Amino acid sequence: MQDIKDRVRSFVIENFLFGDTSYPLADDASLIENDIVDSTAVLELVAFIEDSFGIVLADADIVPANLDSLSRIAAFVGARVGAQAA
Amino acid sequence: MTAAIAHRGPDARGFFVSPEAGLGHARLSIVGLEDGHQPMTDETGGLTLAFNGEIFNYAELREDLRARGRRFRTEGDTEVILHLYDEMGEDCLSLLNGDFAFALWDGRRRRMMLARDRMGVRPLFHASSGGTLYFASEIKALLRVPGISARIDPISLDQIFTLWAPLAPRTAFADIQELEPGCFMSLERGRTAARRYWSLDFPPCDAPAPVADETEAAAEIKALLADAVRLRLRADVPVGAYLSGGLDSSLVSALAAGMAPRKLDTFSVTFDSAEHDESAFQAQMAAALGTRHHTVACGPGDIARDFPEVIRFAERPILRTAPAPLFRLSGLVREAGLKVVLTGEGADEVFAGYDIFKEARVRRFCARQPGSNIRAHLFRKLYPYLPGLKKQSAQYLAAFFGAGDTAPDDPLYSHRPRFRTTAAAKLFFSDDLRSALKGYDAAEEMAARLPPAFAAWHPLHQAQYLESRFLLPGYILSSQGDRMAMAHGVEGRFPFLDHRLIELAARLPPETKLKGLREKHILREAAAGLLPPAIGQRPKQPYRAPESRSFTGPGEHEYVRECLSERSIAEGGLFNPTSVARLHAKCRAQPVTGYRDNTAFVGILSTQLWQRTFARQGRSIDRAA
Repeated sequence: MQDIKDRVRSFVIENFLFGDTSYPLADDASLIENDIVDSTAVLELVAFIEDSFGIVLADADIVPANLDSLSRIAAFVGARVGAQAA
Repeated sequence: MTAAIAHRGPDARGFFVSPEAGLGHARLSIVGLEDGHQPMTDETGGLTLAFNGEIFNYAELREDLRARGRRFRTEGDTEVILHLYDEMGEDCLSLLNGDFAFALWDGRRRRMMLARDRMGVRPLFHASSGGTLYFASEIKALLRVPGISARIDPISLDQIFTLWAPLAPRTAFADIQELEPGCFMSLERGRTAARRYWSLDFPPCDAPAPVADETEAAAEIKALLADAVRLRLRADVPVGAYLSGGLDSSLVSALAAGMAPRKLDTFSVTFDSAEHDESAFQAQMAAALGTRHHTVACGPGDIARDFPEVIRFAERPILRTAPAPLFRLSGLVREAGLKVVLTGEGADEVFAGYDIFKEARVRRFCARQPGSNIRAHLFRKLYPYLPGLKKQSAQYLAAFFGAGDTAPDDPLYSHRPRFRTTAAAKLFFSDDLRSALKGYDAAEEMAARLPPAFAAWHPLHQAQYLESRFLLPGYILSSQGDRMAMAHGVEGRFPFLDHRLIELAARLPPETKLKGLREKHILREAAAGLLPPAIGQRPKQPYRAPESRSFTGPGEHEYVRECLSERSIAEGGLFNPTSVARLHAKCRAQPVTGYRDNTAFVGILSTQLWQRTFARQGRSIDRAA
């Protein structure tokens, strides 16, 4: 789980914070409320998750409950990857 | 100084010099071609005027003055101002129906008066150096004055990267101020004073409607708009019209075509991208009106090629490329031999046409039932032209548009999402710039400037006020309006900004303007019968142009690489060089760029161009201690 979170964090810092490692990006911080993602960036995030973790997100998966913080993304991706492996 | 603004007035130049005051004028001859030379001194020799713009009701004012025994030496509008000022002093401003910026030297009182039209169509800037007040229609003239420097004002940059425009009187230049629209300023015996002579006002929520019903309101609007067009066709040269293909410019063109003494020339920009292009509607309207129609194509390469010139004329950083096609369009007008055009600008502010008005209404509707997924689907209806939004789930839509939602009585409620998403681009500000800003909040300054009556207005009227008072003069009428048109010596005229129409529309009930989610309802009613139904009932398509992809496609211009290089960014000191390099690489690599990234890219590039053009003397900001 930590590995997933770290990879997503790196992606967010590189692509949405443009390398600003000083930004205090807490695990539970909302990506929307903190203006880190807009509607296009959410689709970039989905593409990254699909490419990096070998899963495909259905429309119903693309909701803030699954993707609006590092913790939520890690939990969602971890569960999916685990289910796929089982 | 006058030579620096020769593009605004290529037809003649004139000067007035006295021991205490001097005036220079570059003339665009439109009214009184033979006898309207400026600066103009009245027959007593006491009053001298340098005037940019038009007084559209000058004929009526002159008749009134003649009836009171005043004698005229000329047939134009300039002398009318001199007589009116002689009779009434600054109170004459309330009688002027026009777009103007003028300087009037009253030698009898040894007083200089500067004045600007109600909505801010014509620009007027001023600065002091060595105990002398200097003023001009464009900043580049003031930069010719020794002692006036081109240092950037960090606060204005924060305002632009939040509100899209500086809050007047602030400009992008720390040493230079703008006279606010609807204001005049006087300099007398060494003392300067500025006063507002007109302000946009709305009735309290519970005020009775000024007209009996919609039919009566639509008839009154139609009559006033027709009169506004009639007055704005007054010229001793041919008057053309911009035709975007939407309701507003089509309506103005239709009225003008019926009144113009000769076949109307109409002018349009076309785009090669379907999401921006409206050429089918433009052609349909031009054919319906039988105008002589002119078009100019604008592709991404054109925007990139013209952008440095666009910034030179805009004289400020901008967050959108939309001014660039209008720069091309005014060039087309000049090539066709015209120098005056009517436009449909202003209708969206006056009759509530912008998406932001609908968005605020839907946000309030959603906030009543925060968990509802059904309500959030309405956001999709607002922005059918934004593919990124169309693909989002209702939950995401609710989250995006509800992000940071403030209390419904927040005076900036309607504009908070725009300000937040725009300000996200401040991520790229350098540590030095952040340090200079000391936590400054542009939105809070805007909120602090609202008039006391604002709180009692309907939420739609509050939103209209924010657009009309700040964004309209600060961006639409300047960066997209006067500055792009005057770059080619073209004067834009705006019938929807006739103050009589503005005042009538402000008094109408909010539901007559935004009926449910139907924008400009009462204007559409007024337009019935004047336009083909496909135009008259067409939903608004916002005027937009391709953004970052204009610059990053094949054949990227050298200036883009140079302006965004880590070296240049570091030298400028305003942005973080590493972050900007990553943004540049991302915009190059991705086929679609989001709102925040586009805003940042265009904002940073334009700021770098601004620095390169105006502030060559080094870093624009001091390093933090």
